[in-house]
Amino acid sequence: MEVRVVNVRKEFERFPALHDVSLDIKSGELIALLGPSGSGKTTLLRLIAGLERPTKGAIFFGEEDASQKSIQERNVGFVFQHYALFRHMTVADNIGFGLKVRHGAARPRAQEIRRRALELLDLVQLSGLEKRYPAQLSGGQRQRVALARAMAIEPKVLLLDEPFGALDAQVRRELRRWLREIHDRTGHTTVFVTHDQEEALELADRVVVMSQGRIEQVGTADDIYDTPNSPFVYSFIGESSSLPVKIENGEVWIADRPIGLQAPHAPPGEAVLHFRPHDVDLLDGCSGCIAGTVAASRRVAGTRRVELEIGGERQRVEIELPVDHPAAQKSRVAFRPRRWKLFPTA
Amino acid sequence: MADPEIKSYEPHHESRSAAVTESRPVRITLTTVTLIFLGIFLLLPLIIVFKEAFARGVGAYFQSLGDADTRSAIRLTLLVAAISVPLNLVFGLSAAWAIAKFEFKGKAFLTTLIDLPFSVSPVISGLVYVLLFGAQGLLGEWLKAHGIQILFAVPGIVLATVFVTFPFVARELIPLMQEQGNGDEEAALSLGASGWQAFWYVTLPNVKWGLLYGVLLCNARAMGEFGAVSVVSGHIRGLTNTMPLHVEILYNEYNAVGAFAVASLLAGLALVTLVLKTLLEMRYGAEIAATRGH
Repeated sequence: MEVRVVNVRKEFERFPALHDVSLDIKSGELIALLGPSGSGKTTLLRLIAGLERPTKGAIFFGEEDASQKSIQERNVGFVFQHYALFRHMTVADNIGFGLKVRHGAARPRAQEIRRRALELLDLVQLSGLEKRYPAQLSGGQRQRVALARAMAIEPKVLLLDEPFGALDAQVRRELRRWLREIHDRTGHTTVFVTHDQEEALELADRVVVMSQGRIEQVGTADDIYDTPNSPFVYSFIGESSSLPVKIENGEVWIADRPIGLQAPHAPPGEAVLHFRPHDVDLLDGCSGCIAGTVAASRRVAGTRRVELEIGGERQRVEIELPVDHPAAQKSRVAFRPRRWKLFPTA
Repeated sequence: MADPEIKSYEPHHESRSAAVTESRPVRITLTTVTLIFLGIFLLLPLIIVFKEAFARGVGAYFQSLGDADTRSAIRLTLLVAAISVPLNLVFGLSAAWAIAKFEFKGKAFLTTLIDLPFSVSPVISGLVYVLLFGAQGLLGEWLKAHGIQILFAVPGIVLATVFVTFPFVARELIPLMQEQGNGDEEAALSLGASGWQAFWYVTLPNVKWGLLYGVLLCNARAMGEFGAVSVVSGHIRGLTNTMPLHVEILYNEYNAVGAFAVASLLAGLALVTLVLKTLLEMRYGAEIAATRGH
């Protein structure tokens, strides 16, 4: 099922949580809503589900305007951050709940409900646990039950709110791979919320980066990582370093020196240069480069991170060096970003 | 006598217990004071109630309970409890639901209002009804014109009892429901349940032990209420006397056996309530502990 969010605005007590957000989700896509807390990602998810109503704008499921429909009518599978499993029901009853509350002819017979529950339990690899209560399950198992319960109603869209937020790192990685597998097998249009960029980039077909109630960028992991379209996305996704620069004659300058980067299309004047700490060329001589004094150096796993002080303003910037690179000990290091981007000064 | 290994633990154990508890004489004194206090003020009166009730033998006990007025007082008390407890179950549940699950203006005021019957003297609660429904009261004329009798009749007693026992169920449920939040209900709705189904299958089972506990306390108070009921009842023997009122009348007539026989029933009710409450707490505590996990 295709989902379209059109110019949606949401206010809570006059306080805007989402400003004019639009988003097209293709059928069968796995989409991540990624952003820091307060960015509006959970609000957007709850609006799609029908747990909240938009202040303005509309949400379409296929050709149908879903925004005036109640959550029951929308037929979405929602997995809550803390699972919200019914504590007084067994795992099988939890999974069968959505079928049991149907009316009249739509409600399958008790036996059929049970069969479906066991089938789904098998899909989420928890066969044999149908008689347990939620309190008797581990966090990862509860998460799987919550997913099975959401899928039992054959939802048009699967929505997950921070699905792995409450789990430890190991279980998280496992469940991530497993969710991808399930998605590929069942083909549900799936939207999940996360603040973990690694999770978003690894798992999703497309990532929606959000900040302060707005969508900053929508794209594949490659788009988002390699061509961020705003300083926010640059600094939020992956590591980034930034320096205030000047554009003159189509060249990038720091203080009174050109640093060897051509920017023929940039408007002249002040700007901010962004680049990835690991995406730099180290230079020996310095004609057209960024040069700085090593101020601090840290060992980070397989590489070394050094902090350089640049120019008279003592701007600090981080770059990455091979562990055995002599530059790490030298007091002066010269480099030039390999890939970089200029943004106008905010 | 003790083997060395155990002995070596001893100093450590001693020093730790010394840090967290009082010295032996203090402990013994505190425990003794508590026990004496409980004995004099709680246990002794209870024993005396039963002793006096059976002072002239088992026969006299049952004979006084068989008295027509006494039987009518027992029936009335049961009737009042049977009406007011379900009413307060519904009121308490809806009030707790509204306060715990929704945001609205005046919520803090409503919460305070629920506590009002606890903070006001029961006699005043009764007087309010007299002022409202009495012959000279606000609605007195109208009620008289329509032939509706509220004061000095069962409706007045029920109203006073409902008022006094209102907070029990609500007070028990509000913190419980607040802690549980809306997550489970949202999950139920997202799975297609109607509001009523969500309430019936999810909300109610989640609070059932707290609810039962509240109902138990509410019932004990409904049967035992004296002050408010005394003001509105009119003390008509065989008609508007509840058990606590009847105890007073019998006692004032120097019918000790009769008074204490009825009192023993109320005391018995209190004991049964306490036992049930303890059992529930054990059960309910385990349930809370089990569900806090997620």
